[in-house]
Amino acid sequence: MDPENQDRIKSLVDEHGADDLVVVLGAADLEALEVAAETLTLGDPAYVGSLAGVQLGLPVVHILEEDVKEQVDAGVYDEQVGLLEMTLDVDQVRRAAEKFPGRDET
Amino acid sequence: MSAAIHGCSLVLAHAPDLVRHGSKPTREDAAEEIKPALRTFDNALGYPPHQVFIGNHRPDALWEVERPWWKSPAAPKAEGRFGVFIDQDALYARMEAADQFQLLHLDGREASDGSLSLYRNGSRAGVMNRAHDLDESLSASVLLENLACKATGALALEHLLGRTGFPPEDLAYAIGCGEEAVGDRYQRGGGNLGKAIAEQAGCANASGSDVKAFCAGPIHALVVAASLVSSGVYEHVAVVAGGSLAKLGMKFAGALRNDVPVLEDVLAGLAILVGPPGNGAPTIRLDAVGRHRIGSGSAQQAVLEDLVVEPLSRLGRGILDVDRYATELHDPEITEPAGAGNVPQRNYKLIGALAVKRGELERERLDHFERERGLPGFSPTQGHVASAVPWLPHGVEALRSGEIGSTMLVAKGSLFLGRMTELADGMSVLLEQGKE
Repeated sequence: MDPENQDRIKSLVDEHGADDLVVVLGAADLEALEVAAETLTLGDPAYVGSLAGVQLGLPVVHILEEDVKEQVDAGVYDEQVGLLEMTLDVDQVRRAAEKFPGRDET
Repeated sequence: MSAAIHGCSLVLAHAPDLVRHGSKPTREDAAEEIKPALRTFDNALGYPPHQVFIGNHRPDALWEVERPWWKSPAAPKAEGRFGVFIDQDALYARMEAADQFQLLHLDGREASDGSLSLYRNGSRAGVMNRAHDLDESLSASVLLENLACKATGALALEHLLGRTGFPPEDLAYAIGCGEEAVGDRYQRGGGNLGKAIAEQAGCANASGSDVKAFCAGPIHALVVAASLVSSGVYEHVAVVAGGSLAKLGMKFAGALRNDVPVLEDVLAGLAILVGPPGNGAPTIRLDAVGRHRIGSGSAQQAVLEDLVVEPLSRLGRGILDVDRYATELHDPEITEPAGAGNVPQRNYKLIGALAVKRGELERERLDHFERERGLPGFSPTQGHVASAVPWLPHGVEALRSGEIGSTMLVAKGSLFLGRMTELADGMSVLLEQGKE
């Protein structure tokens, strides 16, 4: 996860606190998802960004997960995510999301 | 009035010893780490995507070549039907020739204050000097980028003039669409590399300017060039761009991690000649230009509706009425090891999915859309160069032979990288068979 995005998320946490934030990922690449989820919960595994050694423990979900989709107005979802949903392997992304850190506890 | 494509050249310059001066390798001080993963000239020359780029093979031939392509070399021909592939010595010689301020010295001298060491086969070759001791825009690294861009842009324009037989003195205007910001501290992006490239290529009667729009620059420039020709302001306009040295080795870490050679070791250049219609030259449909509007937002669907659906609907056509789409044509063997996936494939899936949503394509045909109306990625990740344009000489040939009736060039740009807006950008244009 690139250092600038880490900075942005860290400053959001500083401003709002970790309890009121949830991260919704949209990437399709499984490796990138895994790294992003790990970075936002346990800290930057590459140890280069501002989240190196910082355990934010944020809840991380993916926009293609069924229960996330249900939270969004169907029209808006279709407009913003509809195309991606049609072109990505949704099941594969959902399976990857099930393995995000912290999932087994919830 | 309208305008047509009279020719297009695409060139590559092997630059293994400049990879260390790419932005990412410089920042990560990775020169030594990269060295064992650099390609020889012959390996780079025979790399199948490069042979497609300079016109020795059709793009769709790549679909039949076993991956990884870097392990399946093609016949290493330096002369292509649409361009050339030059080695590093020839590149250095061209950079020296393009350097009017004697800042580049390839006489083996050692670096001094503020200069940058240059290498040949890993050994010291000379230096690039800075032009000012305080001005960052005139630092050795920035000037090296600009000079590399000028030299490769001029190589492309010279090739185009040679190939088409168009007299250099007849060129009225050159539009630069590369991404280098040429200037000094009072005008960092002052620009007009277009004119500097035209001068280098011997176009004494030309003037020029630059059109900048990140990776979408070439399509914006092509539309402006066609508009200038169509309106009668100029009879012939060239769109030119040199390579991006800053992007050399950009994804080296992913390559090393996956035991793939550093494939980002070439600078690319392009030149397109736009002139009046006739003689079968493919027509640029100025009534079917797509633009990403500010108010459209950045959702993929909204961007593609602006770029693909809206211009076609103005002609009463649908997505399947275009025979071949060209989008960003980044080589997947560069982007995949870095975790960025297959960029052209993703774009074709999105355009196909849009056709499904609009009821123009059956869902079951979605997986075939890429092969039926798209292209494999065969361009080096040189930003603006990869944006649809590498298809142009191939597309011109397919239009002239009647193999296809129309093709659409679709380019997107990441404006947000410059931190002045969170917007994306995009531009598209439709080309059709020309008139005799």
